[in-house]
Amino acid sequence: MASLIAILDLKGKPLIQRSYRDDVPSSYIERFLPLMLEIEEEGQQVTPCFTNEGINYMHIRHSNLYLLALSCRNSNAAEIILILHRLSQVLVEYFKELEEESIRDNFVIIYELLDEMVDFGYPQTTESKILQEYITQESHKLEVQVRPPMAATNAVSWRSEGIFYRKNEVFLDVIESVNLLVNSNGNVVRSEILGAVKMKCYLSGMPELRLGLNDKVMLETAGRTSRGKSIELEDVKFHQCVRLSRFENDRTISFIPPDGEFELMSYRLSQSVKPLVWVEAAIENYKGSRVEYMVKVRAQFKRRSTANNVEIYVPVPDDADSPKFRAATGTVHYAPDKSAFVWKIKQLAGGRDFLMRAHFGLPSVKSESDSMERRPPITVKFEIPYFTVSGIQVRYLKIVDKSGYQALPWVRYITQNGDDYSLRTALDKGAAPIVPM
Amino acid sequence: MNVFARAAPKKGENFELRADLNSEYRDKRKDAIKRVIANMTVGKDVSGLFPDVLKNMQTEDIEQKKLVYLYLINYAKTQPELVILAVNTFVKDSDDPNPLIRALAIRTMGCIRVEKIIDYLCDPLQKCLRDESPYVRKTAALCVAKLYDLKPELVLENGFLEQLHEMIGDSNPMVVANTITALSDIHATATALPSTSSSDPAVFHVTSSILSKLLIALNECSEWGRVALLSALARYEAQDEKESEHICERVVPQFQHVNGSVVLGAVRVVMIHMRNVRREELTKQLVRKMAPPLVTLLSSPPEVQWVALRNINLLLQKRPDILQNDIRVFFCKYNDPLYVKVEKLDIMIRLASENNVDALLSELKEYASEVDVDFVRRSIKAIGQTAVKIEAGAERCVNVLLDLISTRVSYVVQEAVVVMKDIFRKYPQTYEGVIPTLCANLEELDEPEAKASLIWIIGEYANKIDNADELLGIFVDTFTDEAYPVQLQTLTAVVKLFLYKPDTSQGIVQRILNTATKDCDSPDVRDRAYIYWRLLSTDPGAAKSVVLAHRPPIELPLTTVSPGLLNELLSEISSLASVYHKPAETFIGQGRAGAELIKKGDDLSDSRAATQKALQTVAAGQHTENLLDFDDEPGSDSQPTGLAATQILQQASPAANNLLMGTSTNPLDDLVSIFGSASMSAPADAPVASNSFGSGFGASPTLVASPPLPAQNGLVISPSTASAIQSPQEDLLGLF
Repeated sequence: MASLIAILDLKGKPLIQRSYRDDVPSSYIERFLPLMLEIEEEGQQVTPCFTNEGINYMHIRHSNLYLLALSCRNSNAAEIILILHRLSQVLVEYFKELEEESIRDNFVIIYELLDEMVDFGYPQTTESKILQEYITQESHKLEVQVRPPMAATNAVSWRSEGIFYRKNEVFLDVIESVNLLVNSNGNVVRSEILGAVKMKCYLSGMPELRLGLNDKVMLETAGRTSRGKSIELEDVKFHQCVRLSRFENDRTISFIPPDGEFELMSYRLSQSVKPLVWVEAAIENYKGSRVEYMVKVRAQFKRRSTANNVEIYVPVPDDADSPKFRAATGTVHYAPDKSAFVWKIKQLAGGRDFLMRAHFGLPSVKSESDSMERRPPITVKFEIPYFTVSGIQVRYLKIVDKSGYQALPWVRYITQNGDDYSLRTALDKGAAPIVPM
Repeated sequence: MNVFARAAPKKGENFELRADLNSEYRDKRKDAIKRVIANMTVGKDVSGLFPDVLKNMQTEDIEQKKLVYLYLINYAKTQPELVILAVNTFVKDSDDPNPLIRALAIRTMGCIRVEKIIDYLCDPLQKCLRDESPYVRKTAALCVAKLYDLKPELVLENGFLEQLHEMIGDSNPMVVANTITALSDIHATATALPSTSSSDPAVFHVTSSILSKLLIALNECSEWGRVALLSALARYEAQDEKESEHICERVVPQFQHVNGSVVLGAVRVVMIHMRNVRREELTKQLVRKMAPPLVTLLSSPPEVQWVALRNINLLLQKRPDILQNDIRVFFCKYNDPLYVKVEKLDIMIRLASENNVDALLSELKEYASEVDVDFVRRSIKAIGQTAVKIEAGAERCVNVLLDLISTRVSYVVQEAVVVMKDIFRKYPQTYEGVIPTLCANLEELDEPEAKASLIWIIGEYANKIDNADELLGIFVDTFTDEAYPVQLQTLTAVVKLFLYKPDTSQGIVQRILNTATKDCDSPDVRDRAYIYWRLLSTDPGAAKSVVLAHRPPIELPLTTVSPGLLNELLSEISSLASVYHKPAETFIGQGRAGAELIKKGDDLSDSRAATQKALQTVAAGQHTENLLDFDDEPGSDSQPTGLAATQILQQASPAANNLLMGTSTNPLDDLVSIFGSASMSAPADAPVASNSFGSGFGASPTLVASPPLPAQNGLVISPSTASAIQSPQEDLLGLF
């Protein structure tokens, strides 16, 4: 339960606010930033929730904005933090970008959304697609008065009735993101696969869908052994359209899909993954004169696959200058804003490996203050199409509608880097020698 | 109109707006309303335009209607007399054929907190609660809660509560969810008043017939509705074990929900109802199912992660087995915000075991070389905690610390020294080989805590360090410039040195006792010096048993809150209380009066917390003798983090007793005989010293207990800090 929700700029000035209950005066919004600074000055962490004089401040950061909720009760912190995130998502979907300017330009619609999404401090309809049906940016152009869509209160709150497509199609994208952390001595410290099944649904009516995966538990309960391997999904999350109790009973994924694009499910596997794109760097730092890098990349997957758009970010000291590069393949450029150089390889075939060298100058005078040097890890971006690390497969997608039309499901697989695919560099020069293959 | 014309200027923006609001063109009027709202948004006062805006309320344009309503919500309070003009339109709108408008009217009326409007709210609300559109019904349900917040008697008079109870059986799950939300809100408002009895109709008892309806609606309603239903389920008191099992089984599928607050809500319900489940197998199964969704929450945005981590921290205190194999998922990412990293560190220590200590240490070592000083320090602290927790890993921890000390980065070295002290406390006589390395960094230390730690180590091992007197001499020379904790440690260390090597260190002990009693302005330091002096002069044997007393081992506490509070917090999972790890009374005011009564409320809850705290301490039955253990305060503001969490078990009570015994049984002649033998003090110094001795005691209360070191220090080093001395002053006077 939130008493008040406000969006603030970085100086703590409220850009827009809406009070839902009268129990927290809006003047408390202006205390938010000073309080944060105070906490920081005391040498403590500013956490997303903190309390002061009986008022609880809960906030999230979205680029240059704070989204803040106040409450004076023992509210559900998880719910409030999530509704703030949802609010930012909805606003992004409405205005493409959420920033000071888009808020000033669209205050009318934001008020409307704030009114519709939360009532008396309790979240209501937050599905952006549904909201867009009755809160539109060009409402004055509408001749007919909008009515609340059935979906706002329906048991099926995510799909409107009466949708029609001439050609009924479903596109399934199975996307696996690999998060991985490699230690400076080359060991994989942590790895996980975050999978997502995204759908683009162009189906008429109210179709019933059933998705079959090579889920080990499901196949076992069904007493079948499929050809090929099956996988064990560790934790599965579903879009609210999926019937959870049914999944709990017999692992069937059955649902009435929303229209258009959405994420049907996500899953996580923490099985150990061999780094698909392996990078190692030997760094020789001659303090006060120059620093040299030798970077090796190796594609550790089957030859018939190819990684596309590989980007390797190798961090360099902030004050490095005059870069020189030599790469066996791809292009390299210096990105001073990120304090790194980027090695881009359009296509990296499985099993191949390449070398590159970089050379930077370093200023001879070193500031004394930073005795500890920043050593961010090397990060890698890549995409491997037609391939999943986990081996997940869509066995079938059954589509049944009253009208009995035929629909075509299309399935695509892709594996890519997660938001944390990083390889730590060695502490000092030569600590991680490149071993010849 | 004339009345308002007086207040309004004839020019300026508001004047123009007024003209436009009264324009004959629709577009112009609507545009003017928008500008009014824009001014309102940036904080300009547009309340003077109230009647002009109000005129535009009756319109076919929904957007315009919404804007006028919004204006009303904001300014109704400033013009309570005029609000009455809006009532007609509201009532009419609540009868509109379009459900959107009906709901909008009822929702807005509830938000206008002016009594005049409220009186007109009841009739339309009555109708809307039975509306054919579920959208209107769900809005009306919440409106009852709004009404209760303003004027509870109206809700009771009109039978709205009964109506809400009927609506729990509504065919639409969203209506059910909002009805439950409204009833729970009314319950919270009612119970916040101290006068409410449990028979008050506003108190919402979740009965078993309600339970079955909740369980059905749970699978069908929206994510936020589920959150509401789950918190109602958490309040249900199960009749028997079977019912508890049933609830758990029905709630478990919610672990698969994509919304994190649904997941945490489900965890909460399961944790509560699991208490009644006696089937070991089922409990295990539930705990096993809980782990993966909790881990998945760590892939959410950082703020959500943080809320999840705080709750996981609590869960682990109750059930350390939940995530025992998952320590790696808590390893920090380079770009995690600091508040997430700190929380992860804490959890890592909780999950540390012999199996994962190697991986953990290599991570911690990595963190210790990052840039953020605060995080580095915490990581080093964590290494110390790991050493204290896992005996088998202690040696590896020490090696990592030595590696870190060799970096010679000032704050790393200092923190490492502090941590080493704890390791010495936990494993005495084990890592003496490290001491030379530590002492080699003596000059680099400039923080009191680090200095005090190193001095303690030197004092403790004074018999094994050849040049201990030299090392301590450095600190004795600068004694008066040091911070008090350092002074205290120096004092104790020198006395230890003297007791170990009486022949070589008489000079230094004399010097420090003199300086401490004469030139020091801290009563603690002075008092301690007097005690030592007196002890040493009375009975060196007693001094030995006091100063060199065996110290009980330190341990990492398994919980940071008392067991009673832990259970209370676990019943509140995902709420602010569970995030702060504090009971709700400590941070909220009383009821809706909260904001105004905060000051009072704070005092009130403080004293309440104090009583509670005291009760818990007694109930726990331990630490009662422990004057210095400030770590298990549930409501303490400085949360025990890092080594602060290291507890001292039964700190030094034998020593204190010893001292008491010694002084009270030692009659005057004992003292005389000691002074007579002049085993240590030069006769010339004695009168001066004992003069101040006497005045020292005269100035200080009879019970002298030195204040504990701040909780951050965690470990109180000297046994004699707890000394309570009762000294008959005459004794001394009589002496001379």
